Amino acid sequence: MTIIPKDEFNTQGRNGITRRSVLVGTGALIVSFAIAPHVSAQPQPAPPAAAPEPPQLPGSLNDTRRLDSWIRIDAEGEITVFTGKVELGQGIKTALRQVAAEELEVEPGEINLITADTGRTPDEGFTAGSQSMQNSGTAIRNAAAQVREILITEAARRWNVPRETLRAEAKSIVAQDGRTIGYGELVTDQLLAVEAQPESLLKSPDKLRVMGQSLPRVDIPGKVTGGVAYVQDLRLEGMLHARVVRPPSPSAQLQEVDTAAVEQMPGVVSVIRDGSFLAVVAEGEFQAISAMRALQQAARWTEQPVLPDQNNLQAFLEATKGDIGTVAEEGSPEVTGKIFEATFRRPYQIHGSIGPSCAVAHMDNGQLTVWSHTQGVYPDQEAIAEMLGMDIAQVRVIHMEGSGCYGHNGADDAAADAALIASAVPGRPIRVQWMREDEHAWEPFGPAMLTKIRAGVGDDGRITGWNYELWSNLHSSRPGGAGNLLAARHRAQAFAVPAPRFNISQSGNGDRNANPLYVFPNRRVLWHYVPETPLRVSALRALGAYANVFSIESTMDELALLAGTDPVEFRLRHLEDPRARAVVERAAEEFGWSSGAPKGDRGRGFAFARYKNHAAYLAVALELELERETGRTRVSRAVAAIDSGEAVNPDGIRNQTQGGIIQATSWTLFEQVTFDNTRVTSTDWSSYPILRFPSAPDSVEVHVIDSPGQPFLGTGEAAQGPTPAAIGNAFRQLTGVRLYDLPFTRERVKQAIGV
Amino acid sequence: MAISLNVNGETHEIDVDPATPLLYVLRNDLELNAAKFGCGLGQCGACTVVVDGEAVLSCVTPVSLMEGREITTVEGLGTIEEPGPLQAAFMEMQAAQCGYCIPGMMMSAHALLRKNAEPSDREIRDALMTNLCRCGTHMRILAAIRRAGELMQQASAPTERRAG
Repeated sequence: MTIIPKDEFNTQGRNGITRRSVLVGTGALIVSFAIAPHVSAQPQPAPPAAAPEPPQLPGSLNDTRRLDSWIRIDAEGEITVFTGKVELGQGIKTALRQVAAEELEVEPGEINLITADTGRTPDEGFTAGSQSMQNSGTAIRNAAAQVREILITEAARRWNVPRETLRAEAKSIVAQDGRTIGYGELVTDQLLAVEAQPESLLKSPDKLRVMGQSLPRVDIPGKVTGGVAYVQDLRLEGMLHARVVRPPSPSAQLQEVDTAAVEQMPGVVSVIRDGSFLAVVAEGEFQAISAMRALQQAARWTEQPVLPDQNNLQAFLEATKGDIGTVAEEGSPEVTGKIFEATFRRPYQIHGSIGPSCAVAHMDNGQLTVWSHTQGVYPDQEAIAEMLGMDIAQVRVIHMEGSGCYGHNGADDAAADAALIASAVPGRPIRVQWMREDEHAWEPFGPAMLTKIRAGVGDDGRITGWNYELWSNLHSSRPGGAGNLLAARHRAQAFAVPAPRFNISQSGNGDRNANPLYVFPNRRVLWHYVPETPLRVSALRALGAYANVFSIESTMDELALLAGTDPVEFRLRHLEDPRARAVVERAAEEFGWSSGAPKGDRGRGFAFARYKNHAAYLAVALELELERETGRTRVSRAVAAIDSGEAVNPDGIRNQTQGGIIQATSWTLFEQVTFDNTRVTSTDWSSYPILRFPSAPDSVEVHVIDSPGQPFLGTGEAAQGPTPAAIGNAFRQLTGVRLYDLPFTRERVKQAIGV
Repeated sequence: MAISLNVNGETHEIDVDPATPLLYVLRNDLELNAAKFGCGLGQCGACTVVVDGEAVLSCVTPVSLMEGREITTVEGLGTIEEPGPLQAAFMEMQAAQCGYCIPGMMMSAHALLRKNAEPSDREIRDALMTNLCRCGTHMRILAAIRRAGELMQQASAPTERRAG
């Protein structure tokens, strides 16, 4: 197996970028500090020759090593925690407060949390790959524990008592004789301006007060009462409204546009044309929209029929001349016994955020500030600076929430649009709001995929061998690199699209979860890399795991049938990891699997995966109902079990997992991008339908298996792979027919059952 | 053109192009955040407000049609300090992930519950037919609306029942 331990979704910070904090408050400690203390803000003594490798620190502490980059306490005892991760609706603002409050022995409400901002927080790369708790949660927990111990040591020094006699409680250190001293009094000068240690004195699982509790989300009250919650709600003094006129197709070039009439429209401040980048700025939002519509009418484009045949994506994928990567190889690729052979296909699909992307940018005396719902403020800062030819220090990117993104949607592009327009119209803040058709047609899609399986079972009812091949693009085209920003591509001085680098990584990309966790002697898993991207693609929740687990878990049911075994029993027979077995057993038990298949027009299906083969374990059992005359299917009941390691906020895990199951159900039953040979044609919610309330299940149960003392395991994407497979397996159980093509549209269902 | 708008019980005089969709007036002129831009096409429900008791898609409703009508947005249901029953129910059930669609959901539910405090599951789903949620929070949204119905009934019940 070729393993390059470099995740496409790597959230490691990049060395060498040092930022002074923006000075906030006037507390004793808040003077200045280095965000990335590889290169400290303070002059440092030169390192001794041949300095030893710095020790590995927990989570993102390894990249941003000083404690005061993560936690600061001012003279009044106000605690501020900094994370490079962002809230995407997954509840990270709540869970990170819990982790910090736990180890600092304070209440979560006493933690002031600052999320990603290139002027203030550590560089934790992208908030992606379900790694926020693993990386940032681990860093903050360890930093908080070390800060607590430093405070205890400092109190012991001042009182001249053994530190073992002291404890932290309610923002104070308390002595046995009842003396107390507040955190704010203890923290002076450079007390926390130290590098973190590799080991921390973490609280033991039986002592936890805040972690493990289903604390209510801190952001929900504001969101349900009309508070300023999203970048869409940001209103700055003197702000102007902009709209971008996107090309009608991926290949289109702007030929000519007469802007004179539009410039005379009410409220219009400026029309900006730079190559094929066309935008309008107006005083009022509806004025900007009206001017955008007029510009669309005025613009003349040239277009090329460069898109593949939507009805034969298999031919497009198989025609690739890309490299072939070996994902896994063990024993012989020969498959013996009773054989199952199949081809599965997944279409292009969209993130489909309910709020189209939005950003605000302000160019003020050569200093650019961008407010964006990007998943990565630092990479965006770098890409925007490159696009505008600015010094990186002149660009600040501040995260503000958007609508849920589920991966790389239009956020970065909207930020670039706003930045480019603000550079052309300096002095006033510019708000760019994408229209629905911009988001549907121009967000990077989840790539189409093709998978082929040949696997067998022997007379002993065990898998003999497994031969699996997949065809896929890389699932990531995030910035850095200005060329990954639409605005930079469309400018007259266009930035070239950076060529993605194909490799096989531990976390997987197109090949994520392509190697089954099941134990058997012979396997070969290959990725036929497809470098051609006629449609722009990038990371959609779970990347390749959606299609790969769908294929693998559909195959597991077919092999169970060949073996004459119950599908849950068949999975357990091939699982050795006790935590994997535990979620399978729990889901089956809570579902009532042993009581047999449901009656009537309902089928049942089961599926399992461990996300990325190293994150959360998830098994799901569900019931699917079928209306034979119309081909309509609906998941009526789903029961899942998940092990995310030590559970910080069990209800947060349930909420995300319920959401994952329903979203993946929507992908599986309804969703595919449509296009002709030139243009994307699915540009709104009627041409790209998703699940609506009448198709929502009756119930979705999620059982969280807590693993106290175990590392946090990425949770947010764990349901995306198992869900389509469980649906396909339920359909197979009910009708005797296997579905190979996603999505399971009514037409395909009717065709499969001969209606 | 000057238009008089009654929003959440207050009257506002607005000078605006009469073709402007109500959504932009609410968000930009009145600085109300709850109603959201989702599609501008009347397909997703993120912009839903209640006009004279009915759920209305404010992104496709010209403001000129709103003169003399009673408009309610989520801001009119209560405040963060004193949330109304729907707001309290959504908090209690933790019925949000990103939360962007939620104000629209609440206004569709508000129109329903005003007429029918004990809607069936089917009636709630039908009332939310237009409202899209992408995070998959559907089960909690349904639960929150049922819970809001209960809270409204408790609030209007005689004191002795509440005490009991």
